[in-house]
Amino acid sequence: MRYAMAIDTKRCVGCADCVVACQTENNVPEGYCRDWIVEETIGAFPELQLEIRSERCNHCADSPCVRCCPTGASHYEEGGVVLVNHDECIGCKACIASCPYDARFVHPEGYVDKCTFCIHRVREGKNPACVDVCPTHAMIFGDVDDRNSDISKALRTRKYKTLIPEAGTEPHVFYLL
Amino acid sequence: MNDIAITSGRMNHGVDPVLHAWTWEIPLYLYLGGLVAGILFFSAFFYLRRREDVFPTAIKTAPLFAPFMLAIGLLALFLDLTHKLYFWRLYTTIRWESPMSWGAWTLMVIFPLSIIWAAFWVKDVFPRWDWKFSFIANTVNYLARFKAYFAWALIAFSAILGMYTGILLSAFNARPFWNTSILGPLFLVSGLSTGAAFILLLSKSPAERHRFSQIDSFLIGTEIFLIIHMFMGFLASTSVHIHAAEMFLGGPYTAVFWTLVVGLGLAVPLFIEIMELRGVKVPVAIPAILVLFGGLMLRFVVVDAGQSSRWLYKFMEQLVF
Repeated sequence: MRYAMAIDTKRCVGCADCVVACQTENNVPEGYCRDWIVEETIGAFPELQLEIRSERCNHCADSPCVRCCPTGASHYEEGGVVLVNHDECIGCKACIASCPYDARFVHPEGYVDKCTFCIHRVREGKNPACVDVCPTHAMIFGDVDDRNSDISKALRTRKYKTLIPEAGTEPHVFYLL
Repeated sequence: MNDIAITSGRMNHGVDPVLHAWTWEIPLYLYLGGLVAGILFFSAFFYLRRREDVFPTAIKTAPLFAPFMLAIGLLALFLDLTHKLYFWRLYTTIRWESPMSWGAWTLMVIFPLSIIWAAFWVKDVFPRWDWKFSFIANTVNYLARFKAYFAWALIAFSAILGMYTGILLSAFNARPFWNTSILGPLFLVSGLSTGAAFILLLSKSPAERHRFSQIDSFLIGTEIFLIIHMFMGFLASTSVHIHAAEMFLGGPYTAVFWTLVVGLGLAVPLFIEIMELRGVKVPVAIPAILVLFGGLMLRFVVVDAGQSSRWLYKFMEQLVF
């Protein structure tokens, strides 16, 4: 089992519903976010391309944050989801420095926080909150090891990319092109 | 043209617009760790070579400062933690992949070692010193029988301490400016150099000063060589690494690095030390203080610049620089 997320850049309109849903579902403290929207404009007026991406922790298969954590607080959960165990985190911030996606931050309570793929919902058979609220159905969450899952089908039938694959962390959030 | 923006207003404190995970605590600790590594290395090394009469400051006096410096460094490390009450979690596990984990364990070994090593020399430096409690005096006397073993352990662990302060940073692939294996040797050499400078500052014996001026000049030369190598490596690497190097070659860190670290911290003291070795009379405190200052600046600049170099969202830097 390997959980992953695919985000359809052709469908995403950048409404930031995913951001708000995450903040509500996970009680993200005010002023912080675990996911965010990036708009990239390529070209010069009037020849322009626009790509909108909902970004978050990439739940990398070779995660530098898990590797550098001195206590083992950052770890892999089932399906390769990268989580932080709050009671083991000392707040040394090595994982924050190690993340090429800048996906982590220090929670006001002291421990390091980030996207969890809403593992508490996934364990109940639900989708992550961001996926469920997406009004354009731009986001697909699932098990890429299961050939019949929606995400596997999307990754077979569509072209996709990951962000900075050259950073070498094997990210598992895919952007459908 | 390529215009990119985070439109949902991500402004996570300490991360955006430029990473500020570590501020003054970590560079101060890295500096003190390197300095202590240098002091302990020279003390143990020259003790094993039986130079107590020639290098009394290096072997006996300087190590008395080491435990206090390390304690300040450890306090700085502790202050940096954001989840302080859980710090003991460092010592419930050993994680070989994490430089910070073996750094924590190295400190667990070298801190008591430095206290014991300093205790060996207290009576030599302060002849009227009284341990007050006989069991302390007895323990110190007992352990002093194994001085040579302690010296060997100190050489090993001070080398690890000096190296790891650099490796700690170079392990972060995500920060291009840190992602060079030169940082390990660079911080080790800089630590040894500041250690030698500290001994120079304290020493009153001309023979000792002469030898440590020689050692320090050699170390400064090595440091300059490593710095040149580091930039050559960056400039021959990927675009993010070239971008990281450019922060120092015309970018925001150019002035502070080339004047305070390379100029005042390396080139000027090297020049003065060479003059001194040739017989020109210069107060030895000047190059020594400059080297100590340059080492501190090196840590601050490297820690700060690393956090400013990144793979993604380079446009965010424009908000700062």
